[in-house]
Amino acid sequence: MEVEAAKALGAGIAVIALFGVGLGIGNIFSSLITSVARNPAARDAVFPIGILGFALTEAVALFALLIAFLILFA
Amino acid sequence: MAAEGKTIDALSQFELTHIVAGFTNSNLYMLIGGLAISALMVLGMQPRARVPGRLQSLAEVSYQFVHNMVDEQVGHEGRKFFPFVFTLFMFVLFGNMLGMLPYAFTFTSHIAVTFTLALVVFILVTAVALALHGMKFFGYFFPEGAPVWLAPIIIPVETISYLSRVVSLSVRLFANMVAGHVMLKVFATFVVLLGSLGGVGLLGAAAPLALNVALVGFEFLVAFLQAYVFAILTCIYLHDAVHLH
Repeated sequence: MEVEAAKALGAGIAVIALFGVGLGIGNIFSSLITSVARNPAARDAVFPIGILGFALTEAVALFALLIAFLILFA
Repeated sequence: MAAEGKTIDALSQFELTHIVAGFTNSNLYMLIGGLAISALMVLGMQPRARVPGRLQSLAEVSYQFVHNMVDEQVGHEGRKFFPFVFTLFMFVLFGNMLGMLPYAFTFTSHIAVTFTLALVVFILVTAVALALHGMKFFGYFFPEGAPVWLAPIIIPVETISYLSRVVSLSVRLFANMVAGHVMLKVFATFVVLLGSLGGVGLLGAAAPLALNVALVGFEFLVAFLQAYVFAILTCIYLHDAVHLH
């Protein structure tokens, strides 16, 4: 196989991790919406925790993206 | 520069260049960041008005934001760590934000910088824990009440998870910054490549351009969020060090 083709395939495979990240972020925000809907008074307390969870999960996506970029460009 | 030879050149934006021998563009932006933070705090608090102006509000809001974070996460004993966390937060925030200016250099996009910051946090946290709890600190690696026969599994796992804090803290910030800036550059290159086709390509170039505008907004959010995450994780580690679980 040509190196360029293998690189493109490798980068594509590397971002399969985004499957899990998509599930995770969806889960975080669905829980956030449910908890705010059930107890609107808790919004201020719950929102920063949700954002923290989002940032930590999103970091996983960026690790995968970084690997893909390194395969493609480095 | 981005579309030279019709390829995507995404990583050249992170290259160090020497301005003077031994003084790189990374150092220059750290210096600018430090001066900007000092200017904000010193000039912002100069008027000491009861009804704050814009600059004073900015200084007060950032101070209060980090103060509340330290108070909530570490507790009352955390007061003495406030200057450290505030400095760390402002330095990372200004590093991320300065990097969003066109032609600017993002010093937080280098693992050497973020790893050093994470190492400072790690050493401080370990030193605080050892100073406050002495030998009891090592009980952290084996929670009370766990069955003794689990020790060969729990102790290595806890030790590795404690040591990997440095790596996860530094790689998270570095990867976010690199991936964000590479993504902006990739979509910007799409605009140039499609636009250079002319005609229909010019129409097609509007889509990545619109996406890039949205991504710049998103990157500002990420720049703030990552500084926040860095600071709050430092607070959580400090809480662990002060209270031991």
